[in-house]
Amino acid sequence: MIPRKIDAVSVFSNIDWVTVFLYLIMVTVGVISIYAASYDFDEAGILDFTEFSGKQVRWIGLSFALGFILLLVDTRMYETYAYPIYVVLLVLLLITPFLAPDIKGSRSWLVFGPMSLQPAEFAKFATALALAKLLSGYNFVLNAKFSNLMKAVGIIVAPIVLILLQKETGSALTFMALFFVLYREGMSGLILFGALFAVIVFVVTVKFTASTVMGIPVGEFWILELIMLVVMVMLFIYNRKFNVVRNVLGWYAITGCIMWILAAGCDIELPGMALMLSVIGVSVLYILLESLKSHNYKLMVPVVTAVMAVVFMFSVNAAFDYLQPHQQQRIKVVLGIEEDLRGAGYNVNQSKIAIGSGGFSGKGFLNGTQTKLKYVPEQHTDFIFCTIGEEEGFLGTVCVVALFLALILRIIHIAERQPTTFGRVYAYCVASYLIFHFAINIGMVIGLCPVIGIPLPFFSYGGSSLWGFTILLFILLRIDAGRKQVMSY
Amino acid sequence: MIAAFLLVIAAIYVWRLFDLQINDSQYKQSADTNAFLKKTQYPSRGLMYDRNGELVVFNQPAYDVMMIPRDVKAFDTTDFCQTLNITREELEKRFADMKDKRKNPGYSTYTMQPLLTHLSAQDYGRFQEKLYRYPGFFIQKRILRQYNHIAAANVLGNIREVNAEDVKRDDYYQAGDYTGDLGVERSYEEYLRGQKGVEILIRDAHGRIQGHYDNGAHDIPPVSGRDLRLSLDIKLQEYAESLMVGKRGAVVAIEPKTGEILCMVSSPTYDPTLLVGRERGKNYRKLVNDPTKPLFDRALMGTYPPGSTFKPTQGLIFLQEGIITPATPFPCHRGYVSGRLRVGCHPHGSPLPLKPALQTSCNAYFCYGFKAMIDRRSKYGTSANAFEVWKKHLVSMGYGYKLGVDMPGESRGFIPNDKYYNKRYGEGHWSANTIISVSIGQGEILATPLQIANLCATVANRGWFITPHVVKEIADTVMPADLLKKRVPTISPGHYPVIAEGMRMAVTGGTCRRAAFQDVEVAGKTGTAQNPHGRDHSAFIGFAPYNDPKIAVAVYVENAGFGAAYGVPIGSLVMEKYLKGEISPARKGMEQSMLTSYLHYDPQKN
Repeated sequence: MIPRKIDAVSVFSNIDWVTVFLYLIMVTVGVISIYAASYDFDEAGILDFTEFSGKQVRWIGLSFALGFILLLVDTRMYETYAYPIYVVLLVLLLITPFLAPDIKGSRSWLVFGPMSLQPAEFAKFATALALAKLLSGYNFVLNAKFSNLMKAVGIIVAPIVLILLQKETGSALTFMALFFVLYREGMSGLILFGALFAVIVFVVTVKFTASTVMGIPVGEFWILELIMLVVMVMLFIYNRKFNVVRNVLGWYAITGCIMWILAAGCDIELPGMALMLSVIGVSVLYILLESLKSHNYKLMVPVVTAVMAVVFMFSVNAAFDYLQPHQQQRIKVVLGIEEDLRGAGYNVNQSKIAIGSGGFSGKGFLNGTQTKLKYVPEQHTDFIFCTIGEEEGFLGTVCVVALFLALILRIIHIAERQPTTFGRVYAYCVASYLIFHFAINIGMVIGLCPVIGIPLPFFSYGGSSLWGFTILLFILLRIDAGRKQVMSY
Repeated sequence: MIAAFLLVIAAIYVWRLFDLQINDSQYKQSADTNAFLKKTQYPSRGLMYDRNGELVVFNQPAYDVMMIPRDVKAFDTTDFCQTLNITREELEKRFADMKDKRKNPGYSTYTMQPLLTHLSAQDYGRFQEKLYRYPGFFIQKRILRQYNHIAAANVLGNIREVNAEDVKRDDYYQAGDYTGDLGVERSYEEYLRGQKGVEILIRDAHGRIQGHYDNGAHDIPPVSGRDLRLSLDIKLQEYAESLMVGKRGAVVAIEPKTGEILCMVSSPTYDPTLLVGRERGKNYRKLVNDPTKPLFDRALMGTYPPGSTFKPTQGLIFLQEGIITPATPFPCHRGYVSGRLRVGCHPHGSPLPLKPALQTSCNAYFCYGFKAMIDRRSKYGTSANAFEVWKKHLVSMGYGYKLGVDMPGESRGFIPNDKYYNKRYGEGHWSANTIISVSIGQGEILATPLQIANLCATVANRGWFITPHVVKEIADTVMPADLLKKRVPTISPGHYPVIAEGMRMAVTGGTCRRAAFQDVEVAGKTGTAQNPHGRDHSAFIGFAPYNDPKIAVAVYVENAGFGAAYGVPIGSLVMEKYLKGEISPARKGMEQSMLTSYLHYDPQKN
């Protein structure tokens, strides 16, 4: 074993300074934005510790110390203690709802004197470590056994369930990001594709109900068409024999034309849904037979996809009804079905106004009226991006997007240069969390995603989030700094 | 793959940000309406003085209740209605009207909307005290007009609340604003209204005012409207109106050298204070429905046959065209006779030349002259051509088209052209005799009293006029050049002295002897215009002093008989009053009879 002293020196000479530099820029811009967001015309200085920006400065100072300590820890310690850390955090998550006070309907904050911390933020790195440990196990191949996949999914799902118990839906969803990692490590892309397809089916089915085509709501009509398209593309991918594709396409085209002529030309009212389903059914049945006949079981994929998609489409309405009314409301507002500027849409509308009013170069630091006058709620936390948008304009927002892009791409670059599976998986976990937070947070602020209340990493006010991401990042930096050491085992 | 996914998301977000921040300006506006409460500061409207500096129109404050709909919380409507002295139904109706986009196109829940206008002082005081109970409501100070003299309503006009069309037409206006309606208030609106100012207050998300934005650096103070100095002599106007009481008609007096209108009476008229404040709507409807049409400004909208006041124009045209010389005589044996056609005349010597013809107002003279001109094929080829020449001279003297007075609603009168008669009688099927009555200001000829007065001013000036106007000066700026320019008709100035002399003779020994008064040489011409609707109209034009005219007047009294009966006395009294300041004792009886003869309506009854 290499003596600790030398180890420490090598850590700082091998550390990825690009990432550190990006991190420093982000927390600095973040704290300045928090100062701007909470600035109140007759406000005290930036270092007033009773104000958000002052508190955040303290959090940042502490996170630097934390980062420094993390860099001193031996890489192997993280690998060794990955499961114990994970279990401790799960236990913490489990007991949190019983200890935490009720804050805005959720019990996720543990109060330690002047500080309150959210265990969910710390579960992020623990879960990442545990997942990395699992996937880097000797002879562990994700796709080799179904149980392997289930183990990995289990590690991801456990914190999700526990955090949902604290009624912190947003935080819980962030763990879903880890499915990206599983995909990188060999999980079938069909699962991600399936998820994406499900989202499309959901959105289109819920949103387009206003008019009908052949007696079918227009959204459902187009979903059925889309299912046929997907089936056809899959057929082409999994079965290069063109005649099967041609037969299905031909059958679909002919029946489609007949139906169109009957409906539009002869003005006959058709039992549209039954006809559409039977056309799709015949196509699918044909593919199924073809699959059995040619022993090409890959053709089962389009068959299963079609069946699942149709079933899913029918269950969407039921599922939608199952959601809480305020959740339905938020979804409807995002999909543009309802405009509710006083209620659920208020935040998004005001934040769009704030960002939109920034123009190209913004109103100038501390000159934002939307944010200063508290039109945007939660502006120093989840909606911090608005302040930047209003005061620094398009230039500012694009810079922030570019910063995230640079940091995440750098982390992916780091991931790919890791000699160990553990390091690579862990790095991808960090990148996935960041992608998820970046996409959802900015997406909700600019009105492209539902408001699910998760912070913008390094920018939003809050110790837990900052510490959580600092820990994630500095463990990564430590692992990366030690990559050459690994070679010398 | 993950990196590609990230890049796609980043690209979508940058595109969206571009759309929000650069493409779409709507958000900037929303942010401003959110955060800035723009309180309009109304300028004081320009005042009006008469030509002698006498204050005629001024301002008095009024209070409106305004509201920003989205800031209004549930409130105690019973107390609200009681304080403002209105019923619940009225309040509900006001709310409905305010929200009706057709009545109030500028409606927005974010901006100030007018709820009630013209609060009385007591209501204002009571409401002001309770204002803190009604968040979202404000009091807006505005101005109303007030008048020192109950006169010249037709000239001054009034102000009214803007309607949907005004708001659409002119960005300056918002619902609840005032704009000039009729008269000078309308035609000089842009000068009188000034420039609205704005006070920008900062308002937080809870609607609380946080003070002036940027310490008021962006506030714009209102700019007061420009004061006007009218050319009217308000005392003369009052006097002329009193002479016209009980009669329908108009009096227009012009200072010939400047084109300034000294008085412009349309009778019956109305009290301008009726159209001020809360009662305006009711009173306005009453005036609109009044069968005597007080809102109709007869002086410049009424079109009448000018009758014999037209004869000077004929003399001028015939001289200009070389049809006659001042010495050319025409016979008159109680009228003009041509074949079976006969135009009657009253007894006087015969034959006579131009000056005595004007003096005695001989119809035959002008009929012969007209025939000589229109039927002179050797000169004009056809009657139609001759008629066109005749018409062009008249147009140059201000007939047939709007004169361009600085008032809204002026009529153009009517001078037919050859096409009109070709259509009516067929081309080549008409000659001088067919249309002979136009030569004595009858037939199709129609003119406004203003045009008739303008002719008188042209003769007084011996050959030119300036577009008549009622505003003499606009504070801190120059008058429009069109109102200062000399306009010279197509008649050589050399022909005017003869006409002026004829009009002088009409006063010294002709049809309008009663126009004469002490110490001043007066010239004049009577007119007795037949009309198909009843008794003849009584008209008169006159100017004085003869050698240095200071006033030219036209009087037109509907259905009052001979020109000498009402036109002459009223016209000469106006001239005497203006030139001498008072009526000589010898003429007091005539003045009294004019003041008290109610021909058409009894002013006491209203």
